[in-house]
Amino acid sequence: MSEQENATIRIHIMGKTYRVPAGLTIMDAMEYSGYRFIRGAGCRSGFCGACSTIYRREEDYRLQFALACQEMAEDGMYLVQLPFTPAPRSQYDLEKIDPTENVLLQYYPEIARCVSCNTCTKACPQDIEVMDYVQAALRGDIARTAALSFDCIQCGLCTMRCPADIKHYHMAQMARRIYGRYLSPVPEHLEEQLREIEEGVCDSELDKLVAMNEEELVLAYAARIREEE
Amino acid sequence: MDKVSKQELIRGYPQYMRKSIERVEATRAKRLESGPPSPMTAEERENILNKYHPDYKPEKKRKLALGISAGEIVPNEMADMLEAHPLFDPADVDLSHIDYDVSLLVIGGGGAGTAAAIFAHQEGIAADDILVVTKLRHGDSNSIMAQGGIQAADRPEDSPAIHYLDVIGGGHYANKPELVRALVLDAPKIIRWHEDIGVMYDKQDRKYLEAHGGGTSRMRMHSAKDYTGKAIFSAVRDEFRNLGIPVLEFFPVIELLLDEKGNAAGAIIYNIETDEYKIIRAKATVLATGGFGRVHIQDFPTTNHYGATADGLVIAYRAGANIIDMDSVQYHPTGVAYPTAILGQLATEKLRSQGAVPVTKDGEAFVFPLEPRDVEAAAIIRECWEMNNGVETPSGVRGVWLDTPMIEEIQGKGTIKQRLSAMWTMWHRHGIDITEDPVLVYPTLHYQNGGVEIDEHGATSVPGLFAAGECDGGVHGKNRLMGNSQLDIYVFGRRVGMSAARWAKKSRPKKLSLQHVVDYEKLLKKAGIETDRVSPILLPDYRDEAVISSSLGRFI
Repeated sequence: MSEQENATIRIHIMGKTYRVPAGLTIMDAMEYSGYRFIRGAGCRSGFCGACSTIYRREEDYRLQFALACQEMAEDGMYLVQLPFTPAPRSQYDLEKIDPTENVLLQYYPEIARCVSCNTCTKACPQDIEVMDYVQAALRGDIARTAALSFDCIQCGLCTMRCPADIKHYHMAQMARRIYGRYLSPVPEHLEEQLREIEEGVCDSELDKLVAMNEEELVLAYAARIREEE
Repeated sequence: MDKVSKQELIRGYPQYMRKSIERVEATRAKRLESGPPSPMTAEERENILNKYHPDYKPEKKRKLALGISAGEIVPNEMADMLEAHPLFDPADVDLSHIDYDVSLLVIGGGGAGTAAAIFAHQEGIAADDILVVTKLRHGDSNSIMAQGGIQAADRPEDSPAIHYLDVIGGGHYANKPELVRALVLDAPKIIRWHEDIGVMYDKQDRKYLEAHGGGTSRMRMHSAKDYTGKAIFSAVRDEFRNLGIPVLEFFPVIELLLDEKGNAAGAIIYNIETDEYKIIRAKATVLATGGFGRVHIQDFPTTNHYGATADGLVIAYRAGANIIDMDSVQYHPTGVAYPTAILGQLATEKLRSQGAVPVTKDGEAFVFPLEPRDVEAAAIIRECWEMNNGVETPSGVRGVWLDTPMIEEIQGKGTIKQRLSAMWTMWHRHGIDITEDPVLVYPTLHYQNGGVEIDEHGATSVPGLFAAGECDGGVHGKNRLMGNSQLDIYVFGRRVGMSAARWAKKSRPKKLSLQHVVDYEKLLKKAGIETDRVSPILLPDYRDEAVISSSLGRFI
């Protein structure tokens, strides 16, 4: 084997130093070292936000933020896993709220404390413009708050870092729901289909299919014509 | 680990892969003009499945030796978990002290469980009379990871009947007809419910942006970029939180409880951090515990979340619930083959539904890109190992190219970042720009097609026990289509919530029993199974062998 095949790196996990193969994610490197996760591991694909990690490189004073399942372990990383830290969220009834400009400020008044320090944006492992959506929310721009925060996986790093104690990810979730419910109309073709189902229009055709034996189904399946894109 | 260090990579790929990428680029214009290969005939499909699909290897499965479905064929890994001892001795548990006494217990905090709790509440069960328990965090589930979409026939060109045919043909006609009927007929209602709770579906000109999936004959795939599962689930969970229904996190269920008549009566949960157990008594129980991806059937890598270890199936089986279609496993055709650090993670089918086509190391298209998943996976396996047309990675994995730059050519520049931002981000983190370069893919373990058999109300063979989502069986037959698992969890999550609530309302509190676990031990002995295996396994163990072999096992 060549030298490269044996390449290892040193990582520091909460103060203890381990040698691990190069080419692993932070999560895999920690498991290789002997850590078995209970907290701090979820979907392992970058969608759930369970594996927020803070690290610092040797010779660098700055803290960095990552998802352990997505970021590669590098030589000399000082790693700390952050268990998910719940932040208070406002209870609301989506049916009863007034979906106008002030609604986000009403339920999350602390967004008015934003000092535009951009720490939230720097902490976001999804590269979301977090501060920009907080500012949009302050202006009452629900559509922009929803659009900018769309990729949020609610890991909570923004909220943990915020000097103004803003609950970014809960507020943005509310914005997306208000947008979905009130600002993006339900297509008429869905309502039409629902009316037909309600009236039982679809039943006879389905009943016929349910009653078919396999032989008949094979023929019906083969006779389908695929809709062109 | 990859032999090649980071410095030698050119825009994310080693030099030798770059040479192959050049050949992919050279054929792209011609492929765009001619279109993809035609779909296979029924006979061609059958041939390729028999020869190349991992499910069609009889030596990787065996007949269950005991229990209600004895004789059913299941993967060896699944049989190992079912032919195993419980985690504790029933004699050591005090069932007289009840920690939680509720009308409805929901086991599992993914889409199906969360929806079940919401609809049970709508059906009249008070929020604090429902308890949701989950092994990890509320939402750490496959539900949140779904990328490509959710099917619902809601365009004038489409109908629930056409959806029905797609589902049952894709499932090799093994699906239970009444379950497919419920799935397709409820689909538009579920989309409407999602609208009500504020899910942001992709729309254009006041219509849904709908696409094909593998094996669909109409464009009915609804999406929320390529974060469909997350967008839906996070709204569902937010709605659930507004209702104030209690959740216990990091509390896996380690055994179901029955009453003296054999009805479901609650469960024993286990605090995975403090090692203590708690007793829950419930009038009705919903099983929404997902599938078995993290058991790594046939050693495949998986797209699944950390907790996908089929716990619910194991405990339900001990309690006497029968299983169906567990012989069939879904391998998603396109898991990540390179970079090795994210091996097996999902490359969504939406990449293909937006125009990307699988091609060989020489840039030749070899399969219609939207065959049903089992067929597509078999075609990719054949290309890699029989035709020798794959690209081998430094870690010895083979894959074919999925030509993602075609998406931008077909749908327009900027489409990938707009509609596939999760995919763009995933590869971008490893220096690969999927708008410019193709990605290397190979099938990955994705979904448990079968499960605990249910009827159209979600009832299992154990009275008072209901099941929904990936742990249920009968909806998808021997192969699930893209976009039907998101549909399954909400269609059957809603149905079991309502059925379980009605069941709970007419039942009385019960006397708790673990006799079924005692009896199961006897069955093990009778079947002559001598093993030190225990189940449910709760979490996989990915520690290095060297660490495990020198572990004293005091704290883990």
